Amino acid sequence: MKASRFNLWFGRAWLAAGFFFLFLPIVALVVYSFNDSPLPNVWRGFTLRWYQSLLNDGEIIAGFVLSLKVAFLTACGSVVLGTVAAFVLVKYKRFAGRTVFSGMVNAPLVMPEVVVGLSLLLMLVSVQRALGFPERGLVTIWIGHLLLGMAYATVVVQSRLQDLNPRLEEAAMDLGARPAQVFWLVTLPMIAQSLVSAWLLTFTISLDDVVLSNFLSGPGATTMPLVIFSRARLGLNPSVNAVAAITVAVVSIGVIVASYVIARRERQRLLDAAAAARA
Amino acid sequence: MQRFKSWFTGRRLVIAVPYAFLLLFFLFPFLIVGKISVSEMEAVAFKDVITFADGVFQLTLKFGNYLYIAEDSLYFKTYLSSVHYAALTTALCLFIGYPFAYFMARARSTVQPALLMLVMLPFWTSFLLRVYAWKGLLSDGGVVAQFVIGTGIDQLLAALGLIPAPGKLMNTPFSLILGMVYTYLPFMILPLYANLSKMDLRLLEAAADLGASPWVAFWKITVPLSKAGIIAGSMLVFIPCVGEYVIPELLGGPETLMIGRVIWDEFFSNNDWPMASSVAVIMILLIIVPLAIFNKYQAEAQETVR
Repeated sequence: MKASRFNLWFGRAWLAAGFFFLFLPIVALVVYSFNDSPLPNVWRGFTLRWYQSLLNDGEIIAGFVLSLKVAFLTACGSVVLGTVAAFVLVKYKRFAGRTVFSGMVNAPLVMPEVVVGLSLLLMLVSVQRALGFPERGLVTIWIGHLLLGMAYATVVVQSRLQDLNPRLEEAAMDLGARPAQVFWLVTLPMIAQSLVSAWLLTFTISLDDVVLSNFLSGPGATTMPLVIFSRARLGLNPSVNAVAAITVAVVSIGVIVASYVIARRERQRLLDAAAAARA
Repeated sequence: MQRFKSWFTGRRLVIAVPYAFLLLFFLFPFLIVGKISVSEMEAVAFKDVITFADGVFQLTLKFGNYLYIAEDSLYFKTYLSSVHYAALTTALCLFIGYPFAYFMARARSTVQPALLMLVMLPFWTSFLLRVYAWKGLLSDGGVVAQFVIGTGIDQLLAALGLIPAPGKLMNTPFSLILGMVYTYLPFMILPLYANLSKMDLRLLEAAADLGASPWVAFWKITVPLSKAGIIAGSMLVFIPCVGEYVIPELLGGPETLMIGRVIWDEFFSNNDWPMASSVAVIMILLIIVPLAIFNKYQAEAQETVR
Protein backbone atom coordinates (compact mmCIF):
# COMPACT_ATOMS: atom_id res chain seq x y z
CA MET A 1 0.00 0.00 0.00
CA LYS A 2 1.42 3.32 -1.00
CA ALA A 3 0.42 6.20 1.21
CA SER A 4 -0.57 9.31 -0.67
CA ARG A 5 1.72 12.31 -0.54
CA PHE A 6 -0.75 14.30 1.50
CA ASN A 7 -1.19 11.44 3.95
CA LEU A 8 2.55 11.12 4.39
CA TRP A 9 3.09 14.77 5.19
CA PHE A 10 -0.01 15.04 7.32
CA GLY A 11 1.17 12.03 9.31
CA ARG A 12 4.64 13.45 9.79
CA ALA A 13 3.25 16.80 10.87
CA TRP A 14 0.91 15.16 13.37
CA LEU A 15 3.72 13.08 14.87
CA ALA A 16 6.02 16.09 15.04
CA ALA A 17 3.38 18.20 16.78
CA GLY A 18 2.64 15.38 19.22
CA PHE A 19 6.28 14.92 20.13
CA PHE A 20 6.69 18.67 20.49
CA PHE A 21 3.81 18.64 22.99
CA LEU A 22 5.28 15.68 24.88
CA PHE A 23 8.78 17.09 25.12
CA LEU A 24 8.12 20.81 25.58
CA PRO A 25 7.84 20.72 29.40
CA ILE A 26 10.87 18.48 29.72
CA VAL A 27 13.03 20.85 27.69
CA ALA A 28 11.61 23.81 29.61
CA LEU A 29 12.60 22.27 32.94
CA VAL A 30 16.18 21.82 31.85
CA VAL A 31 16.41 25.34 30.44
CA TYR A 32 14.86 26.96 33.54
CA SER A 33 17.24 25.07 35.80
CA PHE A 34 20.14 27.12 34.41
CA ASN A 35 18.29 30.44 34.68
CA ASP A 36 19.77 32.87 37.15
CA SER A 37 16.36 34.37 37.85
CA PRO A 38 14.02 32.46 40.15
CA LEU A 39 11.13 33.40 37.84
CA PRO A 40 10.66 31.45 34.65
CA ASN A 41 9.54 34.43 32.63
CA VAL A 42 12.80 36.37 32.90
CA TRP A 43 16.06 35.05 31.57
CA ARG A 44 18.85 36.59 33.59
CA GLY A 45 21.79 34.53 32.44
CA PHE A 46 23.33 31.15 33.00
CA THR A 47 23.95 29.85 36.48
CA LEU A 48 24.65 26.64 38.34
CA ARG A 49 23.61 27.95 41.71
CA TRP A 50 20.38 25.92 41.91
CA TYR A 51 22.46 22.77 41.56
CA GLN A 52 24.83 24.01 44.23
CA SER A 53 21.97 24.67 46.63
CA LEU A 54 20.77 21.09 46.14
CA LEU A 55 23.99 19.79 47.67
CA ASN A 56 23.17 21.58 50.94
CA ASP A 57 19.50 20.66 50.84
CA GLY A 58 19.19 18.05 53.60
CA GLU A 59 15.47 17.55 53.04
CA ILE A 60 15.88 16.66 49.37
CA ILE A 61 18.89 14.43 50.01
CA ALA A 62 17.16 12.47 52.79
CA GLY A 63 14.06 12.13 50.61
CA PHE A 64 16.17 10.95 47.71
CA VAL A 65 17.87 8.25 49.80
CA LEU A 66 14.55 6.98 51.14
CA SER A 67 13.02 7.05 47.65
CA LEU A 68 15.91 5.01 46.25
CA LYS A 69 15.54 2.39 48.99
CA VAL A 70 11.79 2.10 48.49
CA ALA A 71 12.13 2.04 44.70
CA PHE A 72 14.78 -0.69 44.81
CA LEU A 73 12.71 -2.88 47.13
CA THR A 74 9.56 -2.18 45.11
CA ALA A 75 11.18 -3.08 41.80
CA CYS A 76 12.56 -6.38 43.14
CA GLY A 77 9.32 -7.35 44.86
CA SER A 78 7.12 -6.29 41.94
CA VAL A 79 9.10 -8.34 39.44
CA VAL A 80 8.82 -11.46 41.60
CA LEU A 81 5.09 -11.03 42.32
CA GLY A 82 4.33 -9.81 38.80
CA THR A 83 6.14 -12.74 37.18
CA VAL A 84 4.27 -15.25 39.33
CA ALA A 85 0.95 -13.50 38.62
CA ALA A 86 1.65 -13.34 34.87
CA PHE A 87 2.61 -17.01 34.90
CA VAL A 88 -0.65 -17.89 36.64
CA LEU A 89 -2.70 -15.83 34.16
CA VAL A 90 -1.01 -17.24 31.07
CA LYS A 91 -0.50 -20.88 32.05
CA TYR A 92 -3.42 -21.71 34.29
CA LYS A 93 -6.56 -21.21 32.28
CA ARG A 94 -8.92 -22.68 34.83
CA PHE A 95 -8.92 -22.46 38.56
CA ALA A 96 -11.43 -21.35 41.12
CA GLY A 97 -11.54 -17.58 41.35
CA ARG A 98 -9.62 -16.84 38.17
CA THR A 99 -11.91 -13.96 37.20
CA VAL A 100 -11.52 -12.34 40.60
CA PHE A 101 -7.79 -12.83 40.36
CA SER A 102 -7.37 -11.22 36.94
CA GLY A 103 -9.66 -8.39 38.01
CA MET A 104 -7.59 -7.74 41.11
CA VAL A 105 -4.33 -7.82 39.15
CA ASN A 106 -5.53 -5.22 36.64
CA ALA A 107 -7.50 -3.00 39.00
CA PRO A 108 -4.56 -1.09 40.57
CA LEU A 109 -3.60 0.03 37.03
CA VAL A 110 -6.70 2.16 36.75
CA MET A 111 -8.04 2.53 40.30
CA PRO A 112 -7.48 6.14 41.40
CA GLU A 113 -4.50 6.22 43.71
CA VAL A 114 -6.38 8.31 46.23
CA VAL A 115 -8.75 5.40 46.82
CA VAL A 116 -6.01 2.77 46.95
CA GLY A 117 -3.96 4.90 49.33
CA LEU A 118 -6.91 5.64 51.58
CA SER A 119 -7.97 2.00 51.78
CA LEU A 120 -4.47 0.72 52.49
CA LEU A 121 -3.93 3.31 55.19
CA LEU A 122 -7.24 2.58 56.90
CA MET A 123 -6.37 -1.12 56.89
CA LEU A 124 -2.89 -0.51 58.26
CA VAL A 125 -4.31 1.68 61.02
CA SER A 126 -6.80 -1.05 61.93
CA VAL A 127 -4.07 -3.69 61.95
CA GLN A 128 -1.82 -1.44 63.97
CA ARG A 129 -4.55 -0.99 66.56
CA ALA A 130 -4.99 -4.73 66.87
CA LEU A 131 -1.36 -5.86 66.73
CA GLY A 132 0.73 -2.81 67.56
CA PHE A 133 2.58 -2.85 64.25
CA PRO A 134 3.51 -1.88 61.54
CA GLU A 135 4.60 1.69 62.12
CA ARG A 136 4.06 3.90 59.10
CA GLY A 137 7.32 4.30 57.22
CA LEU A 138 9.47 2.52 54.68
CA VAL A 139 7.67 -0.83 54.97
CA THR A 140 4.17 0.59 54.59
CA ILE A 141 5.18 2.75 51.61
CA TRP A 142 6.78 -0.34 50.13
CA ILE A 143 3.57 -2.37 50.44
CA GLY A 144 1.58 0.33 48.66
CA HIS A 145 4.11 0.69 45.85
CA LEU A 146 4.32 -3.09 45.55
CA LEU A 147 0.61 -3.25 44.82
CA LEU A 148 0.96 -0.74 41.98
CA GLY A 149 4.27 -2.12 40.73
CA MET A 150 2.97 -5.68 40.67
CA ALA A 151 0.13 -4.64 38.35
CA TYR A 152 2.54 -3.03 35.87
CA ALA A 153 5.08 -5.86 36.10
CA THR A 154 2.32 -8.40 35.42
CA VAL A 155 1.27 -6.60 32.23
CA VAL A 156 4.85 -6.42 30.94
CA VAL A 157 5.77 -10.03 31.74
CA GLN A 158 2.39 -11.37 30.65
CA SER A 159 2.68 -9.97 27.12
CA ARG A 160 6.10 -11.61 26.75
CA LEU A 161 4.95 -14.95 28.18
CA GLN A 162 2.07 -15.01 25.71
CA ASP A 163 4.45 -14.67 22.77
CA LEU A 164 6.58 -17.63 23.87
CA ASN A 165 6.46 -20.80 21.87
CA PRO A 166 4.93 -23.37 24.26
CA ARG A 167 6.60 -26.19 22.31
CA LEU A 168 9.96 -25.37 23.85
CA GLU A 169 8.56 -25.94 27.32
CA GLU A 170 6.74 -29.06 26.16
CA ALA A 171 9.96 -30.39 24.68
CA ALA A 172 11.75 -29.87 27.98
CA MET A 173 8.95 -31.69 29.77
CA ASP A 174 9.16 -34.57 27.30
CA LEU A 175 12.87 -34.80 27.96
CA GLY A 176 12.09 -35.31 31.63
CA ALA A 177 12.48 -31.86 33.18
CA ARG A 178 10.38 -31.21 36.25
CA PRO A 179 8.05 -28.14 36.09
CA ALA A 180 10.38 -26.15 38.32
CA GLN A 181 13.35 -27.03 36.11
CA VAL A 182 11.39 -26.05 33.01
CA PHE A 183 10.64 -22.69 34.56
CA TRP A 184 14.19 -21.93 35.71
CA LEU A 185 16.07 -23.35 32.73
CA VAL A 186 13.72 -22.69 29.82
CA THR A 187 11.02 -20.12 30.58
CA LEU A 188 12.97 -17.67 32.70
CA PRO A 189 15.88 -17.11 30.28
CA MET A 190 13.38 -16.48 27.50
CA ILE A 191 11.49 -13.82 29.43
CA ALA A 192 14.60 -12.27 31.04
CA GLN A 193 14.44 -9.11 28.95
CA SER A 194 10.87 -8.40 29.98
CA LEU A 195 11.88 -8.85 33.61
CA VAL A 196 14.51 -6.17 33.17
CA SER A 197 12.02 -3.75 31.63
CA ALA A 198 9.48 -4.56 34.36
CA TRP A 199 12.15 -3.88 37.00
CA LEU A 200 13.05 -0.52 35.49
CA LEU A 201 9.41 0.47 34.97
CA THR A 202 8.37 -0.33 38.54
CA PHE A 203 11.51 1.36 39.86
CA THR A 204 10.57 4.61 38.12
CA ILE A 205 6.91 4.32 39.12
CA SER A 206 7.90 3.95 42.76
CA LEU A 207 10.42 6.77 42.50
CA ASP A 208 7.68 9.03 41.17
CA ASP A 209 4.69 8.23 43.34
CA VAL A 210 3.14 11.01 45.41
CA VAL A 211 -0.33 9.92 46.48
CA LEU A 212 0.32 6.44 47.88
CA SER A 213 3.51 7.66 49.55
CA ASN A 214 1.72 10.48 51.27
CA PHE A 215 -0.99 8.21 52.69
CA LEU A 216 1.48 5.56 53.79
CA SER A 217 4.46 7.57 55.01
CA GLY A 218 4.95 8.40 58.64
CA PRO A 219 6.70 11.22 60.44
CA GLY A 220 10.34 11.29 59.43
CA ALA A 221 9.77 9.17 56.32
CA THR A 222 9.36 11.65 53.49
CA THR A 223 10.14 10.52 49.96
CA MET A 224 11.57 12.87 47.38
CA PRO A 225 8.32 13.32 45.42
CA LEU A 226 6.62 14.37 48.65
CA VAL A 227 9.26 17.05 49.21
CA ILE A 228 8.97 18.22 45.61
CA PHE A 229 5.18 18.17 45.71
CA SER A 230 4.96 20.27 48.85
CA ARG A 231 7.34 22.82 47.33
CA ALA A 232 5.61 22.82 43.94
CA ARG A 233 2.26 23.38 45.63
CA LEU A 234 3.51 26.63 47.08
CA GLY A 235 4.63 27.94 43.72
CA LEU A 236 7.57 27.87 41.38
CA ASN A 237 10.79 26.71 42.92
CA PRO A 238 14.17 26.72 41.13
CA SER A 239 15.57 23.85 43.22
CA VAL A 240 12.79 21.67 41.77
CA ASN A 241 14.02 22.62 38.29
CA ALA A 242 17.51 21.44 39.17
CA VAL A 243 16.18 18.11 40.48
CA ALA A 244 14.17 17.80 37.28
CA ALA A 245 17.13 18.49 35.03
CA ILE A 246 19.22 15.85 36.82
CA THR A 247 16.39 13.32 36.48
CA VAL A 248 16.02 14.10 32.79
CA ALA A 249 19.76 13.63 32.25
CA VAL A 250 19.86 10.29 34.09
CA VAL A 251 16.74 8.99 32.35
CA SER A 252 17.92 10.04 28.88
CA ILE A 253 21.30 8.38 29.34
CA GLY A 254 19.61 5.22 30.62
CA VAL A 255 17.15 5.08 27.74
CA ILE A 256 19.82 5.77 25.12
CA VAL A 257 22.09 3.05 26.52
CA ALA A 258 19.18 0.60 26.73
CA SER A 259 18.01 1.28 23.17
CA TYR A 260 21.60 0.93 21.92
CA VAL A 261 21.96 -2.46 23.64
CA ILE A 262 18.57 -3.63 22.34
CA ALA A 263 19.31 -2.44 18.80
CA ARG A 264 22.67 -4.22 18.81
CA ARG A 265 21.14 -7.43 20.08
CA GLU A 266 18.39 -7.20 17.47
CA ARG A 267 20.97 -6.73 14.68
CA GLN A 268 22.92 -9.72 15.96
CA ARG A 269 19.74 -11.78 15.95
CA LEU A 270 18.97 -10.79 12.36
CA LEU A 271 22.55 -11.59 11.30
CA ASP A 272 22.32 -14.99 12.99
CA ALA A 273 19.02 -15.67 11.31
CA ALA A 274 20.47 -14.68 7.93
CA ALA A 275 23.51 -16.89 8.49
CA ALA A 276 21.28 -19.79 9.49
CA ALA A 277 19.15 -19.30 6.40
CA ARG A 278 22.23 -19.36 4.15
CA ALA A 279 23.63 -22.51 5.74
CA MET B 1 1.55 -40.15 39.29
CA GLN B 2 4.34 -38.91 41.51
CA ARG B 3 5.09 -36.11 39.11
CA PHE B 4 1.46 -35.20 38.74
CA LYS B 5 1.12 -34.88 42.50
CA SER B 6 4.10 -32.55 42.95
CA TRP B 7 2.96 -30.52 39.93
CA PHE B 8 -0.44 -30.14 41.48
CA THR B 9 0.80 -28.87 44.83
CA GLY B 10 3.35 -26.63 43.12
CA ARG B 11 0.59 -25.20 40.99
CA ARG B 12 -1.48 -24.43 44.05
CA LEU B 13 1.40 -22.64 45.71
CA VAL B 14 2.13 -20.62 42.58
CA ILE B 15 -1.46 -19.42 42.47
CA ALA B 16 -1.67 -18.83 46.21
CA VAL B 17 1.23 -16.37 46.52
CA PRO B 18 -0.02 -13.50 44.31
CA TYR B 19 -3.63 -14.30 45.16
CA ALA B 20 -3.05 -13.98 48.89
CA PHE B 21 -1.09 -10.77 48.41
CA LEU B 22 -3.91 -9.16 46.43
CA LEU B 23 -6.64 -10.35 48.78
CA LEU B 24 -4.75 -9.04 51.77
CA PHE B 25 -3.61 -5.71 50.39
CA PHE B 26 -6.21 -4.90 47.76
CA LEU B 27 -9.61 -6.45 48.43
CA PHE B 28 -9.50 -6.54 52.22
CA PRO B 29 -8.63 -2.82 52.51
CA PHE B 30 -11.66 -1.96 50.36
CA LEU B 31 -13.89 -3.88 52.72
CA ILE B 32 -12.42 -1.88 55.58
CA VAL B 33 -13.17 1.37 53.74
CA GLY B 34 -16.75 0.16 53.33
CA LYS B 35 -16.95 -0.64 57.01
CA ILE B 36 -15.52 2.67 58.15
CA SER B 37 -17.83 4.59 55.81
CA VAL B 38 -20.76 3.37 57.90
CA SER B 39 -19.06 3.83 61.27
CA GLU B 40 -19.28 6.68 63.64
CA MET B 41 -16.10 8.33 64.73
CA GLU B 42 -15.43 8.95 68.38
CA ALA B 43 -12.36 10.97 69.20
CA VAL B 44 -9.76 8.95 67.32
CA ALA B 45 -11.36 5.51 67.50
CA PHE B 46 -14.22 4.15 65.48
CA LYS B 47 -17.23 2.63 67.17
CA ASP B 48 -17.46 -1.01 66.29
CA VAL B 49 -20.06 -1.77 63.68
CA ILE B 50 -20.90 -5.04 65.35
CA THR B 51 -21.26 -5.00 69.12
CA PHE B 52 -22.06 -7.79 71.53
CA ALA B 53 -24.16 -6.74 74.52
CA ASP B 54 -26.75 -8.45 76.72
CA GLY B 55 -26.39 -11.67 74.78
CA VAL B 56 -27.31 -10.20 71.39
CA PHE B 57 -25.19 -9.09 68.51
CA GLN B 58 -26.03 -5.64 67.40
CA LEU B 59 -25.26 -4.23 64.00
CA THR B 60 -24.96 -0.48 64.05
CA LEU B 61 -24.71 1.12 60.65
CA LYS B 62 -24.54 4.86 60.32
CA PHE B 63 -25.56 6.11 56.93
CA GLY B 64 -25.26 9.71 58.06
CA ASN B 65 -22.32 10.36 55.76
CA TYR B 66 -24.18 9.09 52.73
CA LEU B 67 -27.25 11.15 53.63
CA TYR B 68 -25.05 14.19 53.99
CA ILE B 69 -23.43 13.57 50.59
CA ALA B 70 -26.89 13.15 49.04
CA GLU B 71 -28.20 16.36 50.59
CA ASP B 72 -25.21 18.63 50.04
CA SER B 73 -25.27 19.65 46.39
CA LEU B 74 -21.57 20.49 46.50
CA TYR B 75 -20.68 16.78 46.53
CA PHE B 76 -23.00 16.11 43.62
CA LYS B 77 -21.44 18.96 41.68
CA THR B 78 -17.97 17.64 42.45
CA TYR B 79 -18.76 14.13 41.21
CA LEU B 80 -20.32 15.63 38.11
CA SER B 81 -17.41 17.92 37.36
CA SER B 82 -14.88 15.10 37.94
CA VAL B 83 -16.66 12.99 35.37
CA HIS B 84 -16.95 16.00 33.07
CA TYR B 85 -13.21 16.79 33.18
CA ALA B 86 -12.30 13.11 32.85
CA ALA B 87 -14.58 12.70 29.82
CA LEU B 88 -13.24 15.84 28.17
CA THR B 89 -9.66 14.67 28.79
CA THR B 90 -10.44 11.24 27.33
CA ALA B 91 -12.04 12.75 24.22
CA LEU B 92 -9.07 15.04 23.63
CA CYS B 93 -6.57 12.23 24.22
CA LEU B 94 -8.43 10.10 21.69
CA PHE B 95 -8.55 12.94 19.17
CA ILE B 96 -4.80 13.58 19.46
CA GLY B 97 -3.72 10.03 20.22
CA TYR B 98 -5.57 8.06 17.54
CA PRO B 99 -3.96 9.73 14.52
CA PHE B 100 -0.68 9.71 16.41
CA ALA B 101 -0.80 5.97 17.06
CA TYR B 102 -2.08 5.39 13.52
CA PHE B 103 0.77 7.20 11.80
CA MET B 104 3.24 5.58 14.19
CA ALA B 105 1.96 2.12 13.30
CA ARG B 106 2.14 2.95 9.58
CA ALA B 107 5.62 4.45 9.73
CA ARG B 108 8.53 2.49 8.26
CA SER B 109 9.24 -0.52 10.45
CA THR B 110 12.83 0.62 10.95
CA VAL B 111 11.79 3.89 12.63
CA GLN B 112 8.97 2.40 14.71
CA PRO B 113 11.16 1.31 17.65
CA ALA B 114 12.64 4.81 17.80
CA LEU B 115 9.19 6.43 17.76
CA LEU B 116 8.02 4.07 20.49
CA MET B 117 11.07 4.96 22.52
CA LEU B 118 10.26 8.67 22.12
CA VAL B 119 6.73 8.11 23.43
CA MET B 120 8.07 6.12 26.37
CA LEU B 121 10.77 8.64 27.25
CA PRO B 122 8.47 11.21 28.89
CA PHE B 123 6.94 8.24 30.67
CA TRP B 124 10.28 7.47 32.31
CA THR B 125 10.75 11.09 33.35
CA SER B 126 9.01 11.98 36.58
CA PHE B 127 5.34 12.73 36.06
CA LEU B 128 5.33 15.11 39.01
CA LEU B 129 8.15 17.17 37.51
CA ARG B 130 6.49 17.29 34.10
CA VAL B 131 3.27 18.56 35.62
CA TYR B 132 5.24 21.09 37.61
CA ALA B 133 6.89 22.26 34.37
CA TRP B 134 3.48 23.29 33.02
CA LYS B 135 3.11 25.56 36.02
CA GLY B 136 6.09 27.51 34.76
CA LEU B 137 4.97 27.44 31.14
CA LEU B 138 1.43 28.59 31.84
CA SER B 139 2.01 31.11 34.60
CA ASP B 140 1.94 34.79 33.73
CA GLY B 141 4.82 35.49 31.38
CA GLY B 142 5.57 31.79 30.83
CA VAL B 143 6.48 30.76 27.29
CA VAL B 144 3.19 29.03 26.49
CA ALA B 145 1.13 31.72 28.20
CA GLN B 146 2.89 34.40 26.13
CA PHE B 147 2.26 32.45 22.93
CA VAL B 148 -1.41 31.76 23.68
CA ILE B 149 -2.12 35.34 24.65
CA GLY B 150 0.02 36.75 21.82
CA THR B 151 -1.92 34.82 19.19
CA GLY B 152 -5.29 35.66 20.72
CA ILE B 153 -6.13 32.02 21.42
CA ASP B 154 -7.03 33.04 24.96
CA GLN B 155 -10.04 34.94 23.55
CA LEU B 156 -11.27 31.67 22.09
CA LEU B 157 -10.63 29.80 25.33
CA ALA B 158 -12.53 32.42 27.26
CA ALA B 159 -15.41 32.19 24.81
CA LEU B 160 -15.45 28.41 25.34
CA GLY B 161 -15.55 29.00 29.08
CA LEU B 162 -12.25 27.23 29.70
CA ILE B 163 -10.72 30.31 31.27
CA PRO B 164 -12.72 32.87 33.23
CA ALA B 165 -11.31 35.83 31.29
CA PRO B 166 -8.71 36.34 28.55
CA GLY B 167 -5.17 36.84 29.81
CA LYS B 168 -4.89 34.30 32.57
CA LEU B 169 -4.27 30.61 31.94
CA MET B 170 -2.92 29.17 35.18
CA ASN B 171 -5.32 27.68 37.75
CA THR B 172 -8.23 27.48 35.33
CA PRO B 173 -10.16 24.57 33.82
CA PHE B 174 -7.91 25.05 30.79
CA SER B 175 -4.68 24.43 32.68
CA LEU B 176 -6.22 21.44 34.45
CA ILE B 177 -7.36 19.80 31.21
CA LEU B 178 -4.09 20.58 29.48
CA GLY B 179 -2.17 18.94 32.32
CA MET B 180 -4.40 15.86 32.32
CA VAL B 181 -4.29 15.46 28.53
CA TYR B 182 -0.52 15.86 28.63
CA THR B 183 -0.06 13.30 31.41
CA TYR B 184 -2.45 10.66 30.11
CA LEU B 185 -1.77 10.94 26.35
CA PRO B 186 0.82 8.09 26.38
CA PHE B 187 -1.76 5.88 28.11
CA MET B 188 -3.97 6.39 25.06
CA ILE B 189 -1.23 6.10 22.44
CA LEU B 190 0.39 2.89 23.67
CA PRO B 191 -2.62 0.53 23.62
CA LEU B 192 -3.79 2.03 20.33
CA TYR B 193 -0.36 1.58 18.80
CA ALA B 194 -0.17 -2.01 20.04
CA ASN B 195 -3.55 -2.65 18.45
CA LEU B 196 -3.01 -0.82 15.15
CA SER B 197 0.46 -2.21 14.51
CA LYS B 198 -0.90 -5.76 14.70
CA MET B 199 -3.60 -5.10 12.12
CA ASP B 200 -3.59 -7.21 8.98
CA LEU B 201 -2.92 -4.72 6.19
CA ARG B 202 -4.15 -7.17 3.59
CA LEU B 203 -7.67 -6.29 4.70
CA LEU B 204 -7.10 -2.73 3.50
CA GLU B 205 -5.71 -3.99 0.20
CA ALA B 206 -8.79 -6.14 -0.19
CA ALA B 207 -11.00 -3.13 0.52
CA ALA B 208 -9.09 -1.09 -2.07
CA ASP B 209 -9.43 -3.89 -4.61
CA LEU B 210 -13.14 -3.90 -4.00
CA GLY B 211 -13.23 -0.20 -4.73
CA ALA B 212 -13.26 1.44 -1.32
CA SER B 213 -11.53 4.80 -1.09
CA PRO B 214 -8.80 5.03 1.60
CA TRP B 215 -11.12 7.16 3.71
CA VAL B 216 -13.99 4.65 3.53
CA ALA B 217 -11.58 1.78 4.22
CA PHE B 218 -10.30 3.65 7.28
CA TRP B 219 -13.79 4.13 8.74
CA LYS B 220 -15.17 0.74 7.79
CA ILE B 221 -12.14 -1.43 8.53
CA THR B 222 -9.40 0.24 10.57
CA VAL B 223 -11.59 1.94 13.14
CA PRO B 224 -13.87 -1.04 13.91
CA LEU B 225 -10.83 -3.34 14.15
CA SER B 226 -9.17 -1.01 16.64
CA LYS B 227 -12.22 -0.93 18.90
CA ALA B 228 -10.48 -2.91 21.63
CA GLY B 229 -7.56 -0.48 21.59
CA ILE B 230 -9.89 2.53 21.69
CA ILE B 231 -11.76 1.13 24.68
CA ALA B 232 -8.62 0.09 26.55
CA GLY B 233 -7.01 3.47 25.97
CA SER B 234 -10.13 5.41 26.92
CA MET B 235 -10.54 3.48 30.16
CA LEU B 236 -6.85 3.87 31.02
CA VAL B 237 -7.37 7.63 30.69
CA PHE B 238 -10.89 8.10 32.01
CA ILE B 239 -10.85 6.10 35.24
CA PRO B 240 -7.67 7.48 36.82
CA CYS B 241 -8.67 10.99 35.67
CA VAL B 242 -11.90 10.84 37.68
CA GLY B 243 -9.90 10.40 40.88
CA GLU B 244 -6.88 12.49 39.94
CA TYR B 245 -5.41 14.48 42.81
CA VAL B 246 -1.93 15.73 41.97
CA ILE B 247 -2.76 17.51 38.69
CA PRO B 248 -5.80 19.47 40.04
CA GLU B 249 -3.76 20.41 43.08
CA LEU B 250 -0.87 21.79 41.01
CA LEU B 251 -2.66 23.13 37.93
CA GLY B 252 -6.34 23.41 38.83
CA GLY B 253 -7.99 26.47 40.25
CA PRO B 254 -10.38 26.96 43.12
CA GLU B 255 -13.38 26.45 40.82
CA THR B 256 -12.15 23.16 39.35
CA LEU B 257 -13.85 20.66 41.63
CA MET B 258 -12.37 17.19 41.64
CA ILE B 259 -13.38 14.26 43.78
CA GLY B 260 -9.82 13.12 44.48
CA ARG B 261 -9.16 16.44 46.14
CA VAL B 262 -12.31 16.15 48.27
CA ILE B 263 -11.26 12.72 49.59
CA TRP B 264 -7.79 14.04 50.33
CA ASP B 265 -9.13 17.11 52.13
CA GLU B 266 -11.71 15.18 54.15
CA PHE B 267 -8.95 12.86 55.23
CA PHE B 268 -5.96 15.10 55.82
CA SER B 269 -7.50 18.52 56.55
CA ASN B 270 -10.79 17.66 58.25
CA ASN B 271 -9.53 14.35 59.68
CA ASP B 272 -12.98 12.96 58.94
CA TRP B 273 -12.07 9.40 58.04
CA PRO B 274 -15.62 8.02 57.77
CA MET B 275 -16.59 10.89 55.46
CA ALA B 276 -13.52 10.35 53.26
CA SER B 277 -14.44 6.65 53.12
CA SER B 278 -18.03 7.38 52.12
CA VAL B 279 -16.93 9.71 49.34
CA ALA B 280 -14.48 7.04 48.17
CA VAL B 281 -17.13 4.29 48.22
CA ILE B 282 -19.39 6.34 45.97
CA MET B 283 -16.49 7.03 43.65
CA ILE B 284 -15.72 3.30 43.42
CA LEU B 285 -19.36 2.65 42.53
CA LEU B 286 -19.08 5.37 39.91
CA ILE B 287 -16.10 3.77 38.17
CA ILE B 288 -17.01 0.12 38.63
CA VAL B 289 -18.91 -0.03 35.34
CA PRO B 290 -16.07 1.40 33.23
CA LEU B 291 -13.69 -0.82 35.21
CA ALA B 292 -15.70 -3.92 34.31
CA ILE B 293 -15.71 -2.88 30.65
CA PHE B 294 -11.96 -2.40 30.81
CA ASN B 295 -11.40 -5.85 32.31
CA LYS B 296 -13.69 -7.47 29.76
CA TYR B 297 -11.81 -5.96 26.83
CA GLN B 298 -8.48 -6.67 28.48
CA ALA B 299 -9.46 -10.35 28.68
CA GLU B 300 -10.71 -10.32 25.08
CA ALA B 301 -7.51 -8.70 23.87
CA GLN B 302 -5.54 -11.48 25.54
CA GLU B 303 -7.73 -14.07 23.89
CA THR B 304 -7.16 -12.64 20.42
CA VAL B 305 -3.41 -12.49 21.02
CA ARG B 306 -3.30 -16.22 21.68
